[in-house]
Amino acid sequence: MSEAPLLRVTDLRVHFPIRGEGMFAKTRYLKAVDGVSFDLAAGETLGVVGESGCGKSTLARGILGLIPVTAGSVIWLGEELAGLTHKEMRKYREEMQIIFQDPLASLNPRMTVGEIIAEPLRVFFPRMPNEERKAKVRDLMKLVGLLPNQINRYPHEFSGGQCQRIGIARALVLDPQLIICDEPVSALDVSIQAQIVNLLMELQRELGLTLIFIAHDLSVVRHISRRVMVMYLGRAVEIADRNDLYENPLHPYTRALISAVPIPDPKKERAKQEQILTGDLPSPLNPPSGCYFRTRCPVARDRCAEETPELRKMGNSFVACHFAGEG
Amino acid sequence: MALLEVKNLNVRFSTPDGEVAAVNDMSFSMEAGETLGIVGESGSGKSQTVLAMLQLLADNGTASGEVNFRGTELLGLSRNEINQVRGNQIAMIFQDPMTCLNPYLTVERQMREVLELHKDMKRDEARATAIAMLNSVKIPDAERRIDMYPHEFSGGMRQRVMIAMALLCNPQLLIADEPTTALDVTVQAQIIRLMNELREQIDTSIILITHDLGVVAGLCDRVAVMYAGRIVEFGTLDEIFYDPHHPYTRGLLRSIPRLDQAGATELETIPGDPPNLQHLPPGCAFQDRCTQAFDRCLTERPQLRDFAEGRRSACHLEIVA
Repeated sequence: MSEAPLLRVTDLRVHFPIRGEGMFAKTRYLKAVDGVSFDLAAGETLGVVGESGCGKSTLARGILGLIPVTAGSVIWLGEELAGLTHKEMRKYREEMQIIFQDPLASLNPRMTVGEIIAEPLRVFFPRMPNEERKAKVRDLMKLVGLLPNQINRYPHEFSGGQCQRIGIARALVLDPQLIICDEPVSALDVSIQAQIVNLLMELQRELGLTLIFIAHDLSVVRHISRRVMVMYLGRAVEIADRNDLYENPLHPYTRALISAVPIPDPKKERAKQEQILTGDLPSPLNPPSGCYFRTRCPVARDRCAEETPELRKMGNSFVACHFAGEG
Repeated sequence: MALLEVKNLNVRFSTPDGEVAAVNDMSFSMEAGETLGIVGESGSGKSQTVLAMLQLLADNGTASGEVNFRGTELLGLSRNEINQVRGNQIAMIFQDPMTCLNPYLTVERQMREVLELHKDMKRDEARATAIAMLNSVKIPDAERRIDMYPHEFSGGMRQRVMIAMALLCNPQLLIADEPTTALDVTVQAQIIRLMNELREQIDTSIILITHDLGVVAGLCDRVAVMYAGRIVEFGTLDEIFYDPHHPYTRGLLRSIPRLDQAGATELETIPGDPPNLQHLPPGCAFQDRCTQAFDRCLTERPQLRDFAEGRRSACHLEIVA
């Protein structure tokens, strides 16, 4: 990429201290995000996939400064965000918004839809006239597929899919450049997921938004993203263009993850060569030495226990594996 | 004789806002050794159907109709009688293994209890049987781990413990309600493989309840698709996936993003929202989301009827070519 990226994340780390029990117990650190780097160009969609506990949501919160970052840098349009106080961070919040997984839980049940969508405006532009604010809310409701005459209803009167539309409208009301979507469709019924995915893609095209789309569902991520980052135990193991990643996965974890997804097609599902991983995710409090994935990796060798693989370029992709592409 | 025959099963819940018809005129039958998938979205009635069969409905729920299991009518059984069926002849596994296992008791104690109660086993024999069962669901180091508490197991291992516990009494029917929904995808693949292996090794019939058509494709022989408390389509696995007749089934299959297809195009969607069971329209419950609905759909509810051998669909459209 020749032009400067919208967002550049370098070696981001978010560690949570876990106090031990007893007077002299050592404090241990849970390394939820442990050295993640990527660039995000304006207008692109980066998908972030991984299983529970891989740090994908923590990464989102770290970027937005919602939780303190332990180390590393987050450069937004040339300015460093990591380490800013909440007050200093405030002026950037307009530009970066987030949509959460549980649509109903992220909406205040005592506020009407109109109040919920308008709240960011009230906070950032307290002097905006009422009429203007209302007009903006109505326009947005139309844009995300809600009926503007429902403006005085409460969240419980809406279905899950509609609540997610309200959450999207609230994220859009300040005209942000970046929206981080944290599992925005996982809580929705299958028939509603497609509606929300289409809406996000359409909004991105029309408004020129940049999206970070976090999900555990690889099929949805393949559909919506241009590039995809695969995370395992707090680290990025592979970053690649969508089609490269799915057609030619380089990291053994990516390969296993893709082959584990059940295909809704009985003949293909029966014929599928599955690479089933043995074992479970190691505890992030006590990760293995060297490559974190080596305990479940089908091609691990001695070197993997001794040396941590760095993310390196292979073709158009980046992969963190000593033996990427082999075997 | 069929292993299980459900006829005109209805489930009603009385709520402060009036009666909710969660399951309506549900009829299906199962043969021994068969795996039946029940697919539907939240509120479609798939879980309530099986809970009603085992008299496990919430207090405000009532079931009517017939549930014939190997010649016994289950709905009229007394508490003692149904307890002899539950866990012994029909076992059930749930979505969240942590809430179904007792956190205060070791796995050994919980598994032994099942065998002592249903099979009259002595302590040592029960323990040995339990360990053998944990081995067969591939829990490593079962002899040591059987003495652990549920929280000491990972999510996938806990689901294996649940499956082992359900299979302890060699049930003729295993009901699995979203068994992999709470699991990560790599662990889900392990559990699906395990269930397929068990299916080949033992002669248990399985009812698999899920919203995930991918899981259905990997496990089932026949499939019932439910919408708003009713079966809307029934057929073999391949018939449902390659020759779907009901517009809802078709829409559902088309709206899933697929890993085996390049994306970037717009997904086909089913418009509108899931139905509210308390305000169902007269006529077909799917009418306002169906792209092919016509006058008759608004007034007359389509009956589930056979249109080919073993194939049923509830739609006014004559889609049959």
